[in-house]
Amino acid sequence: MSYTDAQIWGIIALLGVGTFLIRFSFLGLVGDRELPEWLLRHLRYTAVAILPAMVAPLILWPEANDGDPDPARLAAAAVTIGVGIVLKNPILGIVAGFGTFMGLGALL
Amino acid sequence: MTQAISPRQAFRHGARDAAPFTIVVVPFSVLFGVVGTEAGLNLAQVMGFSIGVIAGASQFAALQLMSENAPTLIVVASALAVNLRMAMYSAALSPHLGPASLGARALVAYMNVDQTYALSVQRYEAAPPLSTRAKVAFFFGTSLPIVPLWYAGTLLGALAGTAIPASWGLDFVVPLTFLAIIAPALRTRAHVGAALASVVAALSLACVPWNLGLLVAGVTGMIVGAEIERRTTPPGAAPRRPA
Repeated sequence: MSYTDAQIWGIIALLGVGTFLIRFSFLGLVGDRELPEWLLRHLRYTAVAILPAMVAPLILWPEANDGDPDPARLAAAAVTIGVGIVLKNPILGIVAGFGTFMGLGALL
Repeated sequence: MTQAISPRQAFRHGARDAAPFTIVVVPFSVLFGVVGTEAGLNLAQVMGFSIGVIAGASQFAALQLMSENAPTLIVVASALAVNLRMAMYSAALSPHLGPASLGARALVAYMNVDQTYALSVQRYEAAPPLSTRAKVAFFFGTSLPIVPLWYAGTLLGALAGTAIPASWGLDFVVPLTFLAIIAPALRTRAHVGAALASVVAALSLACVPWNLGLLVAGVTGMIVGAEIERRTTPPGAAPRRPA
């Protein structure tokens, strides 16, 4: 990470204020008004749209492996997704995935 | 004869309903403290994120992009995009909490996270009905086991993080955290479609500078998800409009 302290605090401040404004938007500024259906329909998919876009290159082309696919990371990702879908429990997903990563890392 | 529920009782009910969520909040906040410290943030900065933002997924998103040295505006824009869904939470709470004082609404907004929102809206729509003051108290009750533990867990993780060697490969925990958050959210074909479209777009736009491909991929995923939902929702289930 190569940011100055001022830049890091700037990121924290902008993200904090921006997040507050999103949360305050209708409560504080707009009031008791219905959101249009098309907007709600898009907002419902924000998390499942942004996070996979961020994660896909990290899993497929990890920098720690010079950008080449790494079997241990691919397997760990598959285990985390599988456990997450079946058990609906994110913490168990992380534990199982990281266990797979460490275990295969030790073996390979 | 039924007696109105006092704000004090509503506060206790909120705290009781939110208590089981500590099982999720504590590990996530500890994890953020650990990986934030490992990534190179100091204690004050790690705490600054958890106190100033209180939004797990976007905090991890900012951390990941910062460890890739993305431009600061991209870090902020992408992490805010993760939080856009909270506009929907704000809209859902406003019919109930609109009459409350501005100070109360501002405090509610600050603590408006997945769990406090979901529990509160669920309660507000159930019987027996609550007065506005009791509704505010219920919301603050749900925040009690969640917000202070978010701070405390982060602090614990940040202190532990300084003792964990970098060789443990904890940086890989962040991508796994995202996958673990996404997987249970893949409830419908629309959610799966949104995720797949965003992955395809992100991989094909990987060479676009300043991580801008990420934002384009995010918007693509949202559009695809919304479109699948629109096409698969039977006409009868759509909200009725005046002709």
